[in-house]
Amino acid sequence: MQDFIQQLSDTIRAAADARRALAIHGSGSKAFYGHAVKGEALVVTGHRGIISYEPTELVITARAGTPLAEIESVMREQGQMLGFEPPQFAGGGTLGGCIAAGLSGPRRAAAGSARDFVLGLRLLDGRGTDLVFGGQVMKNVAGYDVSRLITGSLGTLGVILEVSLKALPLPPAELTLVQEHSQADALHLMNTWAGKPWPITATCHAGGRLYLRLAGARAAVKAAAATLGGETLNTAETFWRDLRDQRHAFFAGDAPLWRLSLRSTTPELELPGAQLIEWGGALRWLRADVDAMSVRKAARGGEGHATLFRGGKPGTAVFHPLPAALMKLHRRVKLAMDPAGILNPGRMYPEL
Amino acid sequence: MNAPVQKMPVDLERQRAVCSALRAFMPAQNVLFEREDVTPYECDGLSAYRQVPMVVALPENEEQVCAILEACHQMRVPVTARGAGTGLSGGALPLGNGVLLSLAKLMKIVAIDPLARCARVQPGVRNAAISEAVAALGLYYAPDPSSQIACSIGGNVAENSGGVHCLKYGLTVHNILKIRVATIEGEIIELGGGGLDAAGYDLLALMTGSEGLLGVVTEITVKLLPRPECAQVVLAAFDDVGRAGQAVANVIAAGIIPAGMEMMDQPATMAVEPFVKAGYPTDAAGILLCESDGTREEVTEEIARIEKIMSDSGAHLVRVSQDEAERLRFWAGRKAAFPAVGRLSPDYYCMDGTIPRKRLAEVLRGITEMEKKYELRCANVFHAGDGNLHPLILYDANDASQLQRAEDFGAEILKLCIDVGGTITGEHGVGVEKIDSMCVQFRTAELETFHALKHAFDEHGLLNPGKAVPTLQRCAEFGRMHVHAGQEKFPELPRF
Repeated sequence: MQDFIQQLSDTIRAAADARRALAIHGSGSKAFYGHAVKGEALVVTGHRGIISYEPTELVITARAGTPLAEIESVMREQGQMLGFEPPQFAGGGTLGGCIAAGLSGPRRAAAGSARDFVLGLRLLDGRGTDLVFGGQVMKNVAGYDVSRLITGSLGTLGVILEVSLKALPLPPAELTLVQEHSQADALHLMNTWAGKPWPITATCHAGGRLYLRLAGARAAVKAAAATLGGETLNTAETFWRDLRDQRHAFFAGDAPLWRLSLRSTTPELELPGAQLIEWGGALRWLRADVDAMSVRKAARGGEGHATLFRGGKPGTAVFHPLPAALMKLHRRVKLAMDPAGILNPGRMYPEL
Repeated sequence: MNAPVQKMPVDLERQRAVCSALRAFMPAQNVLFEREDVTPYECDGLSAYRQVPMVVALPENEEQVCAILEACHQMRVPVTARGAGTGLSGGALPLGNGVLLSLAKLMKIVAIDPLARCARVQPGVRNAAISEAVAALGLYYAPDPSSQIACSIGGNVAENSGGVHCLKYGLTVHNILKIRVATIEGEIIELGGGGLDAAGYDLLALMTGSEGLLGVVTEITVKLLPRPECAQVVLAAFDDVGRAGQAVANVIAAGIIPAGMEMMDQPATMAVEPFVKAGYPTDAAGILLCESDGTREEVTEEIARIEKIMSDSGAHLVRVSQDEAERLRFWAGRKAAFPAVGRLSPDYYCMDGTIPRKRLAEVLRGITEMEKKYELRCANVFHAGDGNLHPLILYDANDASQLQRAEDFGAEILKLCIDVGGTITGEHGVGVEKIDSMCVQFRTAELETFHALKHAFDEHGLLNPGKAVPTLQRCAEFGRMHVHAGQEKFPELPRF
C-alpha cells in the first residue's frame, strides 16, 4: 500500500511541476455530480481495505477506495452503522468519494452529517505531500480541523487516502409511519415534532404522504407510534434505502434535479415541478426545467443554497455562487492546499 | 504549560497611536490603556501565564469590531480576541504589543426561532444563558462545558468546546448552524447558513476551534434541541479502574450511547466526597456515572440494561438515581471535582488529553508511575465515553521546583496520550500552554499546512500570534531541548 501511495504522490508531484490538471476517479458513482474536470485521470480505487475497526471504541478506519457497501456490511455484523447514512448511488460508492462529496442520507437531521462523523483523515495535498489530520478519538482540538475542511471539498484540496469515522450502534427497534398530509401541513408537523423529544430518525414528504421513521428502545418506539399515529409501512427498509440512493420513483426520468438546503421552516417553494422533502424540511428536492436564477432566489429566501444535482442545461453553475469576499477566501484556501491548482480544477467552481 | 512568555515593556508612542486610531470611532471609555484598567485582562483561566496588554478595546457592536480589526491591520498591530476569559490553555493571553479585543459587551440574544429550533446570539452571551432563555420553550443548547455558567458562546466556537454530554450530543462544531466572522481586514463573511449545510468549503468547521487565529466571530446561530423528557443516572463502583474501563466498553458494545459517562478515580472521589456528600463510595478504586436520557420508556429500558452491564462487569456497588434530586447529587460530585481537588493543594494543573478508551488502564498506571517520579499527587477525572482524560496534578506554585515538576509531569502525560494513539487536547485547546506538545503530535508537513491555512486568512500573522500552532523554528529548538533533558536550558530567554 505504501508503494501505491508513493506512486500517487509521485504522479501528483510531477503534475504539479508541469501544472497538469488531474481528475480524481473513485468508483464513479457520483461522476454526474459537479462539473466535469478536464485532466489526466488519477484512479484511486486500488487503495482499499479496512485498516482497523473497533466496535467498542466506536471507530472505523479504512482506505479511501473501500466500497461503502463493504463498510456497511462489516459494521452491520457488529450491530453498528455509519450514522449519516451515506448514499450509494447505483449501488456503488467508495469511502473516499463519500467523504469528498460530503453527502448524507435520511438520518442526517437526527444524527449529523458526513463531516460530523469524520474524526481524522490522511491525504495527499497538491504537492503530493502525505499528511495526517485529526485521529481516531472522539474529541480532538489540536490544530485546525483540516479533516472536516476536506470533507465535501470534492477533491479540490487533496486526494483522500484514509478516513476514520465515528460509528453508531444500530437502533434496537425501528418503525416507519405514513400519514396523508399537504406539503404545508407536513412542514409544520415535521418542525413541531423535531422540537419534542420523539425518537424520530428520518422524515420524508412525497406525493402527499408524510413518512416518519422512529428508532430507539422498543418500548419508546411503540409509545411514540401510538401517540403520533399513522399506517405502519411494511417496506420501510427498502423505502429509506431507495430514498437514500435516489432509486425512489421521484428521482426517475431526465428532468433536472435540484437540491435546496434551507431553513427547515421555509414555506412551500413557489417553483414549478415536483418536490420531495427530507431532513424535517431542511432539504428540498425539485424536479423541474426551471431557470437557475429562480431556484437560487428561492434558496436565498430560505437562507440556504441550491445545487443543480443532476442534469440540467449545460453551462449552468452546479453550485450556488459565493459572495465575492467568501470566494476570495476560498481561492486562498485552495492555494494553501494545492498551490499549482491541479487537483480536480473546476469540479466545484471555475475559480477553485 | 511549558511555554515561557515574553514580558515586554509597553511602547508608549505606539500605544498612543493605537488608542487615538480606535477612539476615532469608539467612545473613549471603551479603549483602555491605563495600567490599572488593563491589568484585569492580563490572563484567562490559565493564570500561570500573565501579560498586560498594550490596549484593551471593548466594542459594542459588529461595526466596531470590524473597524478595530481594520485599524489594527493597517497599523500591523496584533489582536487577541477574548470572550469571558475562562479558557484553560491561555488562548486569550494578551500580547504586550497588541490589542486585547474583548467581546464581552456583545451579549445580546438577537433572535430565537422556536419552530426552526435555533437562536441567533452575539459572541459574549454566556453558554448557560442560551439554555435559560429557551427553557420555557422546552429547548436547550446541548454543549455544556464545565464553565458553562460563565463561559461565552464566542469562546466556545473559538475552542470547539465540549462538555459531559459530547458522546451523544456532539461538540460545539456539531451544534452551530451559522457564524458571522470579521476577517483581519475588517470584512464580514457568513459561514454556514439557515439549512444544515452550505455551498463551498466547510469553513464553518475550519473556523470552529481555530483559537482566534483565523477571524473574530461576531454572531452565532446555534442549534437548539428538545429537552429530554427525563434522565436517570447509574452510579457504579469498582475495585479496579481497569475493570471500570472494561465496563464502559461493555456499555458501548451493547449498543448504548449514554447521554453522559464519567469516571473518577479514588483520589478524585476522596477529594469530592467530604466536600459535596454526593454519596460516592470512597473505598472504590474508581466510580462510573452513566446517564440515560430521552422519553420515559427509553430511559427505563436503557437504565435497566446499564445496571445489568455494570453488575456483570464486576461493579461491587450499583445504584440508580431514584429521583431528580438524587440524580443532581450524583452529578454535583463530578461537577465539583476541580474545586474539590483545589482544596487539597494550593494549586492544581488540569490536563486535557484524549486517548482510545481501551488504553485507559495502561495510561492510569503510567500516571501513577509519574506521581512517584515527580513526587506530586494526581487525581483523575475522565469523560469515559469519549476518552477525554483530565488528570489534575497537585502542586504548590510558590515552590519553583514544584511548578517545574508539575509542568514536566503534564508534558509527560501528554506525550503518553500521543504514544497510545490519542491527542494532547480534547477540549481545552492548545493556546500557549501546549504549544510545545504540538511539536510532538504533528510532523513538519502538517504544521506547514496549518501555517499555510493561517496565511490564507491572515497574511501578516496578526490574529492571536504565538498560540495554537508552533513555528517550525520553535519546534526545532524544542526538539533539541527535548533530547537534552526535557527541561529548557535558558528559561529566561524569549522564545516565539
